[in-house]
Amino acid sequence: MEQRTTIDKSFKSEPYQINMGPQHPATHGVLNLLLTIDGEIIQKVEPDLGYIHRSIEKMCERDSYQQIVHLTDRMDYLSSNINNEAVCLVVENALELEVPERVKVIRTIIGELTRISSHCLWWGIMGMDVGALTTFFYGFRDRELINDIFEETCGARLTMNYNVPGGLMLDIHPNFIKRVKKFIVHFKTKIPEYDKLLTENIIFQKRTKGIGILTKEDAISFGASGPVARASGYSCDVRKYHPYSALDKVTFNEALRTEGDTFARYKVRIQELWESLSIVEQLIDNIPEGEHRVKTNAVIKLPKGEYYQKVETARGELGVYVISTGTKSPYRLKFRSPGFSNLSLLSHIAKGGKIGDLVAIMATIDLVIPDIDR
Amino acid sequence: MNIPLNITKTIHDWLFSIMPEGAASIVEMFIIALVYLGIFTVIGLFLVFLERRVSAWFQLRIGPNRVGYQGILQSLADALKLLSKELTGTVKADKFLYNLAPYFVIISALMALAVIPFTKEFHAFDINIGIFFLIAISSIGVIGILLGGWSSNNKFALIGAMRSGVQTISYELSIGLSLLTMILITGSLQLSEIVEVQKNGWLIVQGHIPAIIAFMIFMISGTAETNRAPFDMAEAESELGAGFHTEYSGMKFAYFFLAEFINMFIIAAIAATVFFGAWLSPFGITESLPWLGIFWFLGKTLSLVFLMMWFRWTFPRLRVDQLLTLEWKYLLPINLVNIIIMALIVWLNLTITF
Repeated sequence: MEQRTTIDKSFKSEPYQINMGPQHPATHGVLNLLLTIDGEIIQKVEPDLGYIHRSIEKMCERDSYQQIVHLTDRMDYLSSNINNEAVCLVVENALELEVPERVKVIRTIIGELTRISSHCLWWGIMGMDVGALTTFFYGFRDRELINDIFEETCGARLTMNYNVPGGLMLDIHPNFIKRVKKFIVHFKTKIPEYDKLLTENIIFQKRTKGIGILTKEDAISFGASGPVARASGYSCDVRKYHPYSALDKVTFNEALRTEGDTFARYKVRIQELWESLSIVEQLIDNIPEGEHRVKTNAVIKLPKGEYYQKVETARGELGVYVISTGTKSPYRLKFRSPGFSNLSLLSHIAKGGKIGDLVAIMATIDLVIPDIDR
Repeated sequence: MNIPLNITKTIHDWLFSIMPEGAASIVEMFIIALVYLGIFTVIGLFLVFLERRVSAWFQLRIGPNRVGYQGILQSLADALKLLSKELTGTVKADKFLYNLAPYFVIISALMALAVIPFTKEFHAFDINIGIFFLIAISSIGVIGILLGGWSSNNKFALIGAMRSGVQTISYELSIGLSLLTMILITGSLQLSEIVEVQKNGWLIVQGHIPAIIAFMIFMISGTAETNRAPFDMAEAESELGAGFHTEYSGMKFAYFFLAEFINMFIIAAIAATVFFGAWLSPFGITESLPWLGIFWFLGKTLSLVFLMMWFRWTFPRLRVDQLLTLEWKYLLPINLVNIIIMALIVWLNLTITF
């Protein structure tokens, strides 16, 4: 008791905690990070999820397969079309339904355009997180053109709902090919501009090179995928290893780097912009004629069994795992979202860095919170 | 023809003719203070507007263009909005310091404005230690930032304030030393005399290489001193929310905001005075029309302000340790060597004069 009442009057330094989020400019959504900081140096990052949980997987157990497609839009809203495609593919594979070539090609084109638009937005946010506010508007300028193309064809700009099991909801708009070609020409002049504005900037390079290094072993053990894993030298592009839709007809390079730091993750995404553009370029002139949809039953019932399909979204590997008991709704549907695995490694690579580093690392992990919190 | 001098002289004579000398001086001081308060507000609001338009221009936007001609009254409307807003505060804040902090910031900015030589006559306070006074006064502002961050009882604000303190203390050195480099040529700290010397060519020309280095160092550290991007550690919005003024609202926030822009103007004005000859026209082309000096002065200052805006809207932000590395490992040693070079140049009479 005596000892307790004596107050140690000497100043001691001790780590303290701050809540980054749920409302914070750098968390891009409602993610709460509980940081343990010693001065400016981060000792621990604890992500706290659940602020935007909508129990999408549970809702899927209630809905028909056509309705499930709509829910997937709201997961990773920046690659909504690719999410739709994943569910459609799993249903089509289960039904052993052969979709027309035209559908496959259009799905791939729109998927790659979605990837470009997602990376454009990411690039803008990346610049903003390291303090260059102007990049945001440049990224949005080019993203807007893609959104306009989508709006014309699908009627929506962000949550497109363009895919249905068995094909596409509508055929492409007559202007589609013309506008996409125009966009390709436009965007080829803009990626070098991105490099000039941000990539080559010495401050930006100093902020990102050698920061937040993720080794290949760690990338594999954390289950990282997409650009985050590929920047660490882990070749894991689903489009390469398990090509779906028309991706087996195109040639493209998997963007790979070995450094594993923030700058490598940045460069991988910039390279992916070029690769996606080349995929679109290869396909846009070769859209086969034909039906845009095959007839399916109004009520789709998958045969009893388990089905899995993975696709490469803009953030990494999205897996859809369906257990069907032969009814109109799945017995259980599980999404393996790329964001969740990629978030799990944040604490590992941000440790020992400064607050500014954490923000840069978070930007290159490219978190979309509704994708993590389904 | 000398409009500002005539007006001030008329008012001065009239005041001294209608009341005793002491009272007249006091009244005159109040009038000057009011005029400067007006200038302060107009410059602040104009720069806020300018920054919004310039940033819009860089960012493929239009910017505010509805209120008044081309949106010129937008910042006035914003100021009125901020005036009418509720002043919120944190419960456990140190109320006295919390309320005091914005005044430190704004008063230091206002006091620094007094010694800025707009023209030869339009110069409220021409003391013989002008430059020294400017540096001293402009560093008082950081006390306000530190107090604001400390008393807000908010960790983000505290981190921002501490960053700002570290940053300002470091970059003060560079500002002082780069100005000292130029003082070697002028041999005087008085701003009017510094300008007088430049009738034989602006100091950036007179001092050629070391002067250009000093100018670059001054602009870098001046940007850091005003807490603007790429050195906006104190309010790095993607890291700290709003930094030291997170907990301020309404007019108190506006004080911080306005002071930032006035400080930017002051840094640009010092640079224009010390390096580019303040109100002097290039090669004395308008020497017969001294009242044009104000336009030359504002033109030079606003060009430098534009340069600082260009920095802000192009560069990413440095990290806090890189910021200190830049100052202590690069700028400071370069500066010290630069002073020696300048001293040699002045000693050997190698300055370029016309």
